[in-house]
Amino acid sequence: MKRFALWAPLAIFALLFAVVASGLFRPADKVVRSAMVGKPLPDFALPAMVPGKPGLTSASFKGGQPRLLNVFASWCVPCIAEAPHLMRLKTMGIPIDAIAIRDTTPAIAGFLRRNGDPYARIGSDTASRVQLALGSSGVPETFVVDGRGIVVKQIIGDIREDNIGEIVQAVREAR
Amino acid sequence: MSGRLSLALAAGATVATLLFCTAPAAAQPVTPPAHYANVQLADPAKEASAKALMETLRCLVCQGQSIADSDADMAADMRALVRERIARGETPASVRDWLVSRYGDYVTYDPPLSGLTWPLWLAPIALLAIGAWIARSSFRRRTR
Amino acid sequence: MIAEAGLAALWLAGALAALQLAMAVIGIARGRDDVAAAVRPVAIVQGVLAALAMALLINLFLNSDMSVKLVVENSHSAKPWLYKFAGAWGNHEGSMLLWVTILGLAGGAVAIFERSLPERTLVATLGAQATIALGFYAFLLFSSNPFARLTPAAPDGLGLNPLLQDPGLAFHPPTLYTGYVGLSVAFSFAVGALVTRDVGPGFAKAMRPWVLIAWIFLTLGITAGSYWAYYELGWGGWWFWDPVENASLMPWLAATALLHSVTVLATRDGLRAWTIMLAVVAFSMSMIGTFLVRSGILTSVHAFAVDPERGAFILALLAIYIGGALALFAARIGTVRAGTTFDPVSREGGLVANNLLLSVILGIVLIGTLYPIVAASFGVQLSVGPPFFNKAAGPIALALVAVMAVGPLLRWRRDEARAVVGRVALPIAATVVAAVALLFVWPGVLPWAGLSLAAGLAVASVAPLWKRNLRRTPMFTYGMVLAHLGIAVSLAGMASDSAFTRETLVAVRAGEAARVGPYSVTLDGISPVIGENWSALEAQLTATRGDDSTRLHPQLRFFANPPTSTNESAILTALDGQLYTVLGQPDGQGRWQLRLWWKPFVTLIWFGGVLIALGGALSLVGRLRRERRSAVRAAWA
Repeated sequence: MKRFALWAPLAIFALLFAVVASGLFRPADKVVRSAMVGKPLPDFALPAMVPGKPGLTSASFKGGQPRLLNVFASWCVPCIAEAPHLMRLKTMGIPIDAIAIRDTTPAIAGFLRRNGDPYARIGSDTASRVQLALGSSGVPETFVVDGRGIVVKQIIGDIREDNIGEIVQAVREAR
Repeated sequence: MSGRLSLALAAGATVATLLFCTAPAAAQPVTPPAHYANVQLADPAKEASAKALMETLRCLVCQGQSIADSDADMAADMRALVRERIARGETPASVRDWLVSRYGDYVTYDPPLSGLTWPLWLAPIALLAIGAWIARSSFRRRTR
Repeated sequence: MIAEAGLAALWLAGALAALQLAMAVIGIARGRDDVAAAVRPVAIVQGVLAALAMALLINLFLNSDMSVKLVVENSHSAKPWLYKFAGAWGNHEGSMLLWVTILGLAGGAVAIFERSLPERTLVATLGAQATIALGFYAFLLFSSNPFARLTPAAPDGLGLNPLLQDPGLAFHPPTLYTGYVGLSVAFSFAVGALVTRDVGPGFAKAMRPWVLIAWIFLTLGITAGSYWAYYELGWGGWWFWDPVENASLMPWLAATALLHSVTVLATRDGLRAWTIMLAVVAFSMSMIGTFLVRSGILTSVHAFAVDPERGAFILALLAIYIGGALALFAARIGTVRAGTTFDPVSREGGLVANNLLLSVILGIVLIGTLYPIVAASFGVQLSVGPPFFNKAAGPIALALVAVMAVGPLLRWRRDEARAVVGRVALPIAATVVAAVALLFVWPGVLPWAGLSLAAGLAVASVAPLWKRNLRRTPMFTYGMVLAHLGIAVSLAGMASDSAFTRETLVAVRAGEAARVGPYSVTLDGISPVIGENWSALEAQLTATRGDDSTRLHPQLRFFANPPTSTNESAILTALDGQLYTVLGQPDGQGRWQLRLWWKPFVTLIWFGGVLIALGGALSLVGRLRRERRSAVRAAWA
């Protein structure tokens, strides 16, 4: 018994080693994911961001068709990078709505003029309130919402070429 | 916020390149933060409980700071949210639960007791017991 | 040429470390005393060469040699002199070089000054020290060469992170490293003693000064780092339970326990195995801390650039050294004669309680720090922060304070419970008075207990001087008194800060005032300021308290290389606390955000830290003097 106890420190160290080694060789996922995936969209009603385009309410996601919900801002550089990919998704017939975070009408109007406008509706979230309710932790982020208003997928960061396939598939499965 | 350093080094082990805040955005929002991001509640008791809650909530875009001591824009938005909800009469626990239902347990520095965290919360008692058992062997029986 | 000379010095130092190890092994295993006798000089030269490499790197930074990659990546020619100098270790490679330099110098110092240890044990100790050094030389030379050239040379450097451009950088890392690496000496002593099976009071007496030195530097390093964070972060916090902070706290906890157990071994020949174990654990914590900081596996505000390859290298070293030492412990300690046992109510009993509680706190901090990694392997993202550490470690730390108050008032060997009660009556009275008085300004549970116990501890800590001839009291007793008093002072500061801090967040126009605590703070205006390598917007604040008014100048600073902005707080220190002011963003309508805090007695936190280190220094001087005197006496006898 006594003999065994003397090896206990080494055993504890081995355990400790295993923990930190696992942390090193399987680096933890540091992206903060929304816990809202699989749950209904929170209720919200945001005023219109630009003239001639309606604002955004959670009710508009219950129309029976899956839609994309893009969280973006004019001051966000990666949002410019993903703009062409959003345009492509739009031409593929996927409806896209957006929430603009802490932004102004002229800034968004300018952004849409420069980078294209894939959006059906744009809501203005001046205090990031809806962003927080969605469990989103930055811009840009994109949510796939099915026809009953349930969030089925979250894409964190700008949409890249290789994200398009998974988005299209998620939309198809949500139909 | 990103593009600015989130925080300096503290009583840390070693000095080196500090990480930048890693929000995907590279610029600052064009509108000022919500009113309560940097303004206290008028009721000192409510402000105290809001502040205590903020100190336990993690700033999601920083490298390990609470929202109570972060310059990040998102931390400011979260502070405003906490203050508004507390002002409306919500309890700190329900505000925390609301955030946990959005971001998971990651958002709170106070890990809730669960199947995964009970060893963590049991650790102090277990360590005390093991320590006492080890220490016992160095004592002599008291003889009179 | 200088970079090449530095690299050559580093290679030579590495080769000498290998030689030192080989000679120590031959000296001990073959019993070749002639070979063993050469280990000391080799250790000294190895330390000198490592220091030379460090000096050459500092020279490269001072001269802004832009043909050296490390200088280009971390410095800029327009940087102030001090930050070029300190910038040499404000990066991964340079700080690792500083680490091995201190390691080499510590080994050299042992070789020069250590005379009381049996020669065989000393050679084994230097052999162990060489083994550690060898691994870190390999790490530097094969994966983190600080002297790598850049061709073609860059026109200028990328600059040093502005948050590091602070006098704190010149003081905090070298101090902390001396503490970290100083613990390697205790580790090597333990390994040496296990190799020669020579664990006893003589060994403990020889090891004690080295542990004390490391502990003093650790204490100063943590205190300095905490104050640096406090004024640099701009939110008034001084400890965040951040992984990197925990990485510096864990070796300190282990070293503090070791400091006390080594005294039991030296005076009473007890706790033999435990002391050896603590010496191993203390340095393990230094290495684990280094690993956590360098590998980037934990999210920290103070993190280094993430590099799994470097992490793997340190992890391998960690496995070899710590695993090896623990295996040696398991194999050998059974053959070391058990130390004496003792009475529960005795000074030794108090010291065992101290060790128990310190070790439990250490365990809590370690588990709490690593738990997010455990959770991640189950696919769960978890944060463990201040609420956990305060709840889990806070009560145990307070129990430790109580033990600390009583322990020094107990007699060695055996004491009578009834007599003890008489001795602790006054401290208990102080605690009760403070506790009752504080009920009228209820500060919250932990601060209440903290302040009350601090009062008791303050009284108890000076009690060992009671009724003694103060001129004949040994200096190390004064050291203990001062260190324990320092804990009381620091604890009072912490509790006072968390209980009584007043916060005011306002947006004001020029001419408007805001109140915080006893102060009224007026924003007189905002003006631009140009510094050596930055520009800033500076607020002119007038802080008025009664008839006194003081000007304060918090800044929003902008750096060009690299492009960054920082908040420079302005702090007014009064006898009863600090006024902490920060300039925030403008709101676009002529108002400026101000963050103001009144922090009563917050300075006691760091003042206490300095007292603790000072107590350590007194103790060290007292011990060394006594050793010398008894050595002289032995020589005459």
